[in-house]
Amino acid sequence: MTSLPSPAQRTRRRWPRGGRGWGDAPTAAAFLLPNLLGFLAFTLLPVLAVFGMSLVRWGLVDRPVYVGFSNFGQLLGMGYRGGRLVAHDPDFWRFLWNTLYLMGGIPIGIAISLLLALLLNQRLRGIVVFRTLFFLPTVCSAVAVALLWKWILEPEYGLLNFALMKLGAAHPPLWLASTHWAKPAFILMTLWATVGGYNCVLYLAGLQNVPAELYEAAEMDGANAWHKLRHVTWPLLSPTTFFIVTISIIAGFQGGFVAAFMMTDGGPAGATTTIMYYIYKQAFWWSQVGYGAAIAVVLFALVFTLTLLNWRLGKRVVFYE
Amino acid sequence: MSNRLLRALGYLLLCGIGVLMAAPLVWMISTSLKAPGEALSFPPRWLPTRTVEVTIGGEDHPLATATVGGRSLRVAVLGQTPQGARVRVLASGEERVVPRSQVTPLRRMHFEWANYARAWTALRPEIGFLGLLHNADGFLVFYLNSIFVVVTITFGQVFTSSLAAFAFARLRFPGRDPIFLGYLGTLMVPGVVLMIPLFALFTRLRLTDTYWALILPGMFSAYGTFLLRQFFMTLPRDLEDAARMDGASPWRIYWSVILPLSKPALATLVTFTFLHYWNDFMWPLVVISDPGKKTLPLGLAQFQGPYVTEWSLLMAASVVVMVPVLLVFVAGQRYFIRGLVLSGLKA
Repeated sequence: MTSLPSPAQRTRRRWPRGGRGWGDAPTAAAFLLPNLLGFLAFTLLPVLAVFGMSLVRWGLVDRPVYVGFSNFGQLLGMGYRGGRLVAHDPDFWRFLWNTLYLMGGIPIGIAISLLLALLLNQRLRGIVVFRTLFFLPTVCSAVAVALLWKWILEPEYGLLNFALMKLGAAHPPLWLASTHWAKPAFILMTLWATVGGYNCVLYLAGLQNVPAELYEAAEMDGANAWHKLRHVTWPLLSPTTFFIVTISIIAGFQGGFVAAFMMTDGGPAGATTTIMYYIYKQAFWWSQVGYGAAIAVVLFALVFTLTLLNWRLGKRVVFYE
Repeated sequence: MSNRLLRALGYLLLCGIGVLMAAPLVWMISTSLKAPGEALSFPPRWLPTRTVEVTIGGEDHPLATATVGGRSLRVAVLGQTPQGARVRVLASGEERVVPRSQVTPLRRMHFEWANYARAWTALRPEIGFLGLLHNADGFLVFYLNSIFVVVTITFGQVFTSSLAAFAFARLRFPGRDPIFLGYLGTLMVPGVVLMIPLFALFTRLRLTDTYWALILPGMFSAYGTFLLRQFFMTLPRDLEDAARMDGASPWRIYWSVILPLSKPALATLVTFTFLHYWNDFMWPLVVISDPGKKTLPLGLAQFQGPYVTEWSLLMAASVVVMVPVLLVFVAGQRYFIRGLVLSGLKA
């Protein structure tokens, strides 16, 4: 029995460096090719092509003209005009700031998600109802959510301003019509749409993995609820938090498209245009395909760098058992 | 004792947040059932109501209660004058002018179901849903398009991803690991980065404004392949070793051993894929302009154009788009959330 080589061992000799597995190349090709061809055509080729496209001036209908790195120069460069340092494309920096401003909602959202998970982690009657309710906005179409909130944020007849006036605000904000309040309005909407969603469920799963003995031991040492949260729950949840932060940052840089498209067209005066919406406008609205591709490359670089940084930082702050 | 207090507080907080989370959805449904003009009333009302009308001399007048001479009487409001409302007391038939503050219009609960019918039929694509429907109801066309596109993508993606994942997890071939690394490397690429080249590609192929453009890019997923490959790696090899000894082909092992064992992972991928493409907006927006080929989110966006201030209709259309997905989710939320936790990841 032991001396007989298994079929796996027998076939393994054909490709000594191939690792574990079996089968022949034609079989493998039959399994792999449908996906691989699609992957090459619709993922890998576009990833590589976007770099090339960022080096041309192209209106989609005309012939692309190679312009070197001038798209990037225009996008990121600055120059002296009238003795002052001015960006060649000030809009880009403003829209980058808008994007970062909107990402300011991320820590608030994470804190609320954790709070909701803590509340949902109790053994109470009807807890499933709450969990389902909190998750509902996540499965809603973003377009419908945007329409709903456009109505809620309506300055004169909307629900939000009605509530604020009930609470005593004499002149509630104009929200989407105000350059100051449009971004907070977007953050509010995003909080409603996301706090009970994936992040909350991930936290809930994390909480259910915290061993009960740790709490018992802490109680023996006289820890109160806050101590337990601060010194047991929070450190043990740090891998989850780290994952959520990483994903949220990546998503944050790509955020704001549907809301801007449906609710404000990026306005008023560009106050809600994010990088994502700027790319859409440049590439698909004004047909500046090369310039749009250049912004996309910069976005890619930003996401890539931040993810790497986050990863390095994460190694230091995440507590693993 | 303090533990019980904490629990009670927690429950209270839960209820408070629950109200805040539910309010927008309830508000949406309430607005969707309001008669024309009723949505724009201040202060807003949670329950859809409308004024009650009475016909006097062939004309409709709103019914109200008014305090006349210290008595509360039922009146018909005939008009407004600078001095107040001109009303006719229904019991006696006398007409008089009463200060406006003394007149309370009579309201009755009224659900304007016609909003849904209007929203459903408002847009009429000339040719819709694979060219099969002519001048059909707009949202019927959008629904059929969405179902067709998303079901095709989901089946296609799960099928091609599981085949490739099987190759990566179980078969041996030259270049396997470098290719898999290539897949992994693209997971972090933002979707919009792919969108511009893809749009150029589909334009060059003359496939914009076709179902191909909606479906093809979704059929092959690095993420799905990665998810399933990781799951297949955790499956014990004993079963397939036994099957292989009995002379089973790789295809047979994939179909009869691996797939049945992978139901939780497949269910997760199906749910994510379905939800993602059901709600997908930007790519369809970029490649589709023919109303007959639009999916639900695009249809809803188009609907906003002509009805931009008719909030009742807009909310009715939003409900039409949202509710079926919500019902499916509520029915299957246990499996959905379990799958989410199992995979520990999201798309």
